[in-house]
Amino acid sequence: MSRSAIGVGRTRVPLRAGYVLMLVLLYLPIALLFVFSFNNNTVLSFPLRDLTTAWYGEVFADDALLESARNSLLVGIAAATIATALGLAVSITFVRFRFRGRAPLLGLAVLPLIVPFVVLGVALFLLFGFLDVPRSLATIAAGHSVIALPFATLILLARMTGIDPALEDAAMDLGASYPVTLRRVVLPLIGPTLLSAWLTCFVVSFDEVAIALFLAGQDPTFPVFLYGQLRFAQRLPVLIAMAVLLMVGTLTLTLIAFRLGRSRA
Amino acid sequence: MLGRRGLLRFLVLPPYLWLAAFLLAPVVLIGIISLRPEPGPINFSREWQPTLEQYGEILGTASYLRQLGISALMALIVGGAATILAYPIAYFLAFRAGDRAPLYLFLLLVPFAVSFLLRVMAWRLMLGSDGAINSFLEWLGVIDEPLNLLIYSRAAVVITLVYVWIPFAALPIYAAMQRIDRRQLEAAADLGAAPWTRFWRVTVPLSAPGAVASFFMVFIPTIGEYVTPRLVGGSETYMYGQLIQDFFGRAASWAAGSAAAVIMLALTVVLVLLATRLVDLRRFAT
Repeated sequence: MSRSAIGVGRTRVPLRAGYVLMLVLLYLPIALLFVFSFNNNTVLSFPLRDLTTAWYGEVFADDALLESARNSLLVGIAAATIATALGLAVSITFVRFRFRGRAPLLGLAVLPLIVPFVVLGVALFLLFGFLDVPRSLATIAAGHSVIALPFATLILLARMTGIDPALEDAAMDLGASYPVTLRRVVLPLIGPTLLSAWLTCFVVSFDEVAIALFLAGQDPTFPVFLYGQLRFAQRLPVLIAMAVLLMVGTLTLTLIAFRLGRSRA
Repeated sequence: MLGRRGLLRFLVLPPYLWLAAFLLAPVVLIGIISLRPEPGPINFSREWQPTLEQYGEILGTASYLRQLGISALMALIVGGAATILAYPIAYFLAFRAGDRAPLYLFLLLVPFAVSFLLRVMAWRLMLGSDGAINSFLEWLGVIDEPLNLLIYSRAAVVITLVYVWIPFAALPIYAAMQRIDRRQLEAAADLGAAPWTRFWRVTVPLSAPGAVASFFMVFIPTIGEYVTPRLVGGSETYMYGQLIQDFFGRAASWAAGSAAAVIMLALTVVLVLLATRLVDLRRFAT
C-alpha cells in the first residue's frame, strides 16, 4: 500500500513536529516536579542552589506516606481484579451469546463513563451510610471497581470480537465442553489483553481521588493522603519524591506488560 | 457439568449484581434522598414525605445555576480544546508513525504514571507568583516584579485540565482511526480526490465517533471537577462540583446535595443522548 495515498499531503502539515512539541509541553511540568524533588529548598526558585537526595530518604522514614501507598496498592489490586473479571464476563457473553439482557448489560457496564465522579462519589457515600457500612479501603475498592469496569470491558470486547468463533467450535467438535474451551482456547488467546486491561484498571484506581475522598475511612489511599497534605508547602518535596518513585515503579510495570504483550502477539 | 445456558447465567449474573449494587442502587438512592425535606444531615430511620423543595432551592438560586452554567461552559472549552489538540496527535500515530506507533503512544501516556494531583500542582509551581516561570524571569533580569500569570483564575483551571486530558483524549480518536479501512482512502484517491478532500470526506467522518467519545471522556470528568479548582483556582473559580462536595462536607445538607447531584447527572445524560443521535457511538464501542 502506498503511504502517500493516505490523508493529508505529507509535506503540508508538520505532524511529527506537532507531536514532538506536544511531548515537550506534556513533559515540562513533570520535569519541573523531578527537579523540585532534588532541590534543597521547599520553594522552587532559580537559580537552583543545592541539590539533595534527602527528600527520597525522608520518603522511607515517613510511615503515614508509605502506609497510604500500600493502601492504594491494595485498593488498586482489588478493584482491577474485580473489574477485569466482570469485564471479561460481559465481553464473552456479549460476543458469544444471544440473550435478552445482552445489550442492556453492555450498556450498564460502560455507563460509569457518563456518570461524573462527584455524583458517583456522593451516591456511594450515601449508600454506605444508608446500609451502615463503615467507610474503609473496601468501600473505595468497590467504587473503583465500578469506574474501572468500562475500561476493562471495552479493551476485552475489542479483543474478543477479533477471535474467530470457529476456533471455539473446533474445540467443542473435538469434545471439549464450553467451560473447558474457554479455559484452554479463549483465555490463552486473550491473555496479554487481560493483562493490559488489568493494568489499565489498576492505574485508574491507583490515581483516583474524587471518589476516594468521599469513600475513605480512617486509612487514606495515596491520592487522598496527598490531597490532605498539599496545603502544607513544606511537605511538597517529599510528596513529589514519593510520586517520582511511584512513577518509576508504574513505568517499569507497564514496560514489562508491554513486552509480554508484544512477545506473545 | 455446566451447560451452555448454565455458563451464561454464571457469566451474566455477577456483573449484573455488582452493577445493581454499586451503580444503580446508589444512583436510585440519591434520587430518593433528593426528595427528602431535611435541611441538614439525614437520619435514615425518620419518617418523611416526598417533596421537590430541594430541587426548588437549587434551581431557584441564581448563584447555583450560574455555577452550573460556568462549569458546563468550562467543561465544553476543556473538552473541545483537548479533542482538537489531540486529533492531529492521533492522526500522526494512526497514519504516520508506522511501526513505531506503540512507542510513540507509550511516550504520550507516560505522564499518566505521575499522580494526577501532582500534575495539577506542577502548574501551581510554574504559574505561582513565586513559581518557576516568575523566578526564572526575575533571575534572567527580564522582570523585577512577579507577573500575574493567571494563577487562581478560571483560565488556570482550564489550562491545567486541558494539559491533564490531552493524552487521554487522543486514545478514542486513535482507536477510531486505526479501524478506518485504508482501501477507502485508496479508493478516494483513485477516484481523483485530493489529499485534503480525502481527509475531510473520508478520514474526518470515519473518525468522528472517536472524537465525540474523546470529547465526552473529557467533558464529563471536567463538569464534575471539585479537586482541580481547589488547587489551582481561587475564590472566583468555584465550580458546581465543589458545591456538591460542600453540601456533603461543610454544609452537611445531604438532601440538597443529592438534588444538586441528580441535576448534574441529568444534564450529562441528556447531552450524551443528544450526541448519540448525532453520531453512532455504538459503532465506536463494538
